[in-house]
This record gives sequence, C-alpha cells and structure tokens, in this order.
Amino acid sequence: MEGLQKRLGLLALLAMVAALYAIFVLAPVELTMGVVQKIFYFHVAAAWVGFLAIYLVCFCSLRFLRKRDRQWDIRAASAAEVGAVFLTLNLVSGPIWAKPVWGIWWTWDARLTTTFVLWLIYMGYLMLRRLVDSPEQRARLSAVVSIFGAVNALIVYMANRWWRTQHPQPVIAGGEDSGLHPDMLLALLVTVLAFTLLFFCLWKMGCDLERSRESVESLRRTAQRHLREVR
Amino acid sequence: MKFWSQTAAILTKDLLTEYRTKDVLASMLLFGLLVILMFHFAFEPDSEEIRKFGPGLLWMTFIFAGLLGMNRSFVGEKENDALEGLMLSPVNWSSIYLGKMLANLLLLLLAEAIILCLFSLLFNYAIWPRIGWMAAITFLGTLGFASVGTLLAAVSANTRMSEVMLPVLLVPLVLPVILSVVLATAANFAQPAEEPVMFFWMQVLAAYDIIFVTLPLMTFDYVLEK
Repeated sequence: MEGLQKRLGLLALLAMVAALYAIFVLAPVELTMGVVQKIFYFHVAAAWVGFLAIYLVCFCSLRFLRKRDRQWDIRAASAAEVGAVFLTLNLVSGPIWAKPVWGIWWTWDARLTTTFVLWLIYMGYLMLRRLVDSPEQRARLSAVVSIFGAVNALIVYMANRWWRTQHPQPVIAGGEDSGLHPDMLLALLVTVLAFTLLFFCLWKMGCDLERSRESVESLRRTAQRHLREVR
Repeated sequence: MKFWSQTAAILTKDLLTEYRTKDVLASMLLFGLLVILMFHFAFEPDSEEIRKFGPGLLWMTFIFAGLLGMNRSFVGEKENDALEGLMLSPVNWSSIYLGKMLANLLLLLLAEAIILCLFSLLFNYAIWPRIGWMAAITFLGTLGFASVGTLLAAVSANTRMSEVMLPVLLVPLVLPVILSVVLATAANFAQPAEEPVMFFWMQVLAAYDIIFVTLPLMTFDYVLEK
C-alpha cells in the first residue's frame, strides 16, 4: 500500500512539472488577456477535481450504505476534505483572474454560484461530521447528506444556467466560435491530469491518516486496559 | 392502504400536539412579523420598491420561519425518547417521514398564508387579483422545502448543535427552490403578469419536488436506524 502512494506521488510530481512547462513555456500568451490568463489552467483543473470529488464522495457513501464497511466511510470523508481544498483553490484563483479581465472580483453568474453552493455543501458535510459523536451514526448521516449534495449540485447548475450566465462559454465543445490554441489545450489537459493525480495521492494519504488515527485510538484503549489490570 | 393510514396517524399526532401547544405556529408567525418590521425600518420602501423586493422578502421570511419550525419536528421527539417509541411502534418508517413532512407542510402553508395577508395589508401589496397562482407557486415551493427540510431536520436532530446545523445543510440544498420560487412570484405579481416566465419556473419547481420528495423516502430509513 505504501508503494501505491509513493508511485502516485511521483507521477503527480512529474505531471506537475510537465504542466508548469506546458503552461509557462509551451502555451502562447493570450492575445487580449495577457499573462493573467495563465491562471485558467490551474483554475479549471481545480474546479474539475472539486466537482469530481463530490461524486466520488457520493459513490463511496452509496457503497458504505450498501456494504456497511467503515473503509468506505473513511474514503468518502477523506475525498470530501481534499475536494473542499481544491474547490477553495478554484474559488480563490477565479477572482484573481476576474479582477483584471472583468474588472470585478465576483459576479453572481451560473458557474460561480454553482461552485459557491457546492463549496457550502462541502462545508456543511464536513461540519456535520464534526458534530456527530458516534462514528457509526456519523457515517450514516453524512452518507445521506452527500447523496443530496451530489444531486443538488446538478440542479443548481441547471437552474442558474437558465437564469443568467456571464462566465466565458465552455472553450471545449462550447459553441461554434469557441476553441483553444492546440498548445493551450495540451497545457490544460496536462494540468488536469496532474491535478487529478495529486488528488488521488492526497486522497490516499488522507485515508491512511484516518486509519492510523483509528489504530492509535484502539492501541491507547488496549494500553489503558492493560495498565488497569497491572494495577 | 395500511401505509396511508399509518401516515395519517403520524400526521394527526403531530398536528394534534401542535394544536394543543401552538408553539411552532406562534413562533413562526412572530418571527415573520419581526422580519416585516425590520424590512420596514431598514428600507422604508415605497410602492415601487415593494414591487421589486416584495417576492424576495416574502420568501426569505417563509424560509427562515420554516427553518425555525422544522427544527422542532425531530428535536421535540428527542425529549423523553419519543422518537424511540415511534420507531418501535409497528409502522413503516417511510410513513413516519411522510406523516411528519405533511405536518410540516401544512403548518408552513398556514403560517405563509397568514404572513402573506399581513404583508399585503401592511405594505399595500396587491395580491388578490392573482392569489390563485400565488397559492399554486407557494404550494410547489413549500413542498420541496418541507420535504428536504424534514429529512435534514432528522439528520441535524442527531448533532450537537441542531439549530445551527439545519440551516447550514438546508439552505444550500434548497437554493434551486429559493431561486425558482422568487422568480415565479415576481413574474406573477409583475405589471402585467409574465405568465410564460411564471410557468417555466413552476415547471422547474415541480421537477425539483419530484426528485426531492422521492429521494428522502428512499434514504430516510438510513437516518433513523440505530
């Protein structure tokens, strides 16, 4: 198991270096936006991971409810923690780009609002986990909430999209005029790959951390029992 | 048939407790009045501003009053372990959910009707010509809100700070309802009424209701089990 984490970490590192090369050397500087457009690669990759994670959380939660195996709960919780970090990165990098390009930090556009709501759902999920004492109950309740969160993320997106949108149209498979310079597309794909690998590496580390925490706890309980017997 | 008579029994029980104490309804109404009062002093709105902000304000009042009321529906059952009793009684657990959800729905609709009348009276807001459509919109919006809210009230009753946990979980999840219901209400009360817009958002509400009435019924057993 140690080997998997090392390999994932190494792959993520290599991909990240390749992504940085592709972003800053290979991809051309955007004509109207200039250098600030380079945020786009990290911004989109972080959003992709944030949205991927909520569906992984939902998937692990469904597995938990079916199998009643604590491991699936640990996987769900850890995916939510890491996903929330990536979504925060996305929400922070967005305004840094938006200020010079749109002239404002934030706008209540469909995609921004959806991301913000998803972030709030993550926070609710993580807060719920902290506020339920029994581990078994915590696993069940948070699993149910994550299913609602995942379904709702889709509906929020559609509802907002019908309402208003200002965010740049999807550049890939967006509309007729959309499209990326081939080198920019390559840089984006490499960055997305790097972020995904990094996510899986961090996810694995989070699960291991939770498991060690549990075994330390049970060791401590055993030690206390032995101590009492000795006395 | 048995399922529905069990549901009806739970519904009657909840409504009867509420009828005898009137705690929830009274607190929701007072809270609604307080929001209206604050709105008046915060904005001193003229009739044009009322037309513009009225729908949003009404629904914010409904949502916050509803959060207040729904929090009670499972926290109250925790006292004297009444929920354990319900779970041990020979009823399908889905009917516990459905009965409580319908009780919440009826209470919310009653409170909303009274708040709406008071709002119209105090701000000279013309609701009567289009009250039928307003009733339909309110029903669709409240149904989605109450169905998700009842399930999450059951979830948050198990946490250490249920009165904080419920809004934190519920508001992001009912955001599509808030958006659609406010837009539908605004379209309904616009001069002249924008019916196509109103129908569109009512359809969105209906779709949300179908999904979020089914989903709690499928997951409620997991929330209760011990």
